Amino acid sequence: MPQKGYVEISIEGCKGCNLCVISCPTDCLVLNTSDTNSFGLHYATLADEDKCIACLNCAVVCPDAAITVYRKIKSA
Amino acid sequence: MKEGYELIYQRPKTLTDTRMHYCPGCFHSTMHKLMMEVVEEMDLQENTIGVCPVGCSVFAYEYMNIDVQEAAHGRAAAVATGIKRIHPDKLVFSYQGDGDLAAIGTAETIHACNRGENFTFIFINNGIYGMTGGQMAPTTLVGQKTSTSPYGREPAKVGLPLKMAEIVSRFGRVAYVERVSCNTAANARKAKKAVRKAFEYQLQKLGTTFIEVASNCPSQWKCTPEESLDWIKDHVLPYFPLGVFKEPEKKEK
Repeated sequence: MPQKGYVEISIEGCKGCNLCVISCPTDCLVLNTSDTNSFGLHYATLADEDKCIACLNCAVVCPDAAITVYRKIKSA
Repeated sequence: MKEGYELIYQRPKTLTDTRMHYCPGCFHSTMHKLMMEVVEEMDLQENTIGVCPVGCSVFAYEYMNIDVQEAAHGRAAAVATGIKRIHPDKLVFSYQGDGDLAAIGTAETIHACNRGENFTFIFINNGIYGMTGGQMAPTTLVGQKTSTSPYGREPAKVGLPLKMAEIVSRFGRVAYVERVSCNTAANARKAKKAVRKAFEYQLQKLGTTFIEVASNCPSQWKCTPEESLDWIKDHVLPYFPLGVFKEPEKKEK
C-alpha cells in the first residue's frame, strides 16, 4: 500500500514530455521507454508508489492534465 | 480509487476531453489547464467568454469548455473589447501568442490597453512563430537562431526583443501586469495565482489586466522539452524577468 499518496497517469493522455519526471522531488515517476500508447508515444508511470508524497508537482506541470492525485486520509 | 485515499487533484471539468494538438511539453496546454482550473474554482464556467487568436492556439475553443470567439489575426483585443462592452458583467479574456499580440496586433493591443478596456490579456511569449515554421518573432532573443535568422538575431538590422509587459505597464488605465512562466512547478503555481488575481481584478472593474507567460517551443527551438526549460532559465528569464510590473494599490482599512 502506498505510504502517503499515489498518482494515476492516463496512458492515452500522456505525450511523454518528461516534465513530470524531472519535477518530482522524490524521483518516483519514470518514463516508460519500453512501451508506447496508441499514438506511438512513451508514457510516464509511477514506478515506486511508496515514495510518492502527493505533493502535486507532477499534476501542476503536466501540460495535458493526464495526472490524477490521491492522498491518504489521515486517521483521527 | 484505493480505499483510505481521497482525491486531491484531477483534470478540471472546464477542459473538454479532446486531446490537445500541441506538441509534447508545450506551455500552451499548461496555461489552458491552469486558466480552466481558475475558472472552475471561481465557478464562472457559464459566465466566461474567451477570444482565441490565430497561431498554435487557434483551436483553443476545442479544449476550453466555455464560450469562445475566434478572432481575425491580431484582432483578438478588438473583438474582446466589443464583447466586454456588450457584456460588462462577464469574464472576458483574450488568449494570444507573440505573433498575434506583439507583431500583427500591436496596434490593437496598445490602444486597448491605453483605453483601459476591462478584460484580461493572456500573452504566450515563446519568442518564435511556432505554427508557421519557426520564423523570427519580435520577441526572439538576440543571437537566437530561427529559420529567418539563421545566423542569430542581429539588433542592428531588426532591433531588440519587444518587452510587452514593460510597455503596457506604462499606461495609466492598465491595472495589473505580471510576467510568469511554467518552467518549474513553483513558477506554474505562481502563474495560476497571477491568472486568478487578474480575473478577480477584472471582475472588480479596475481596468486592463495583462499576464505575459515566458513560454517554450520545443519543436521550433529544436530541442527536447527538458532542454527548453534550461533555455528558458538560462536565456529567456534574464532578458524577460518574472514579476509584477503593476498592481492596483490596496485600499487602506
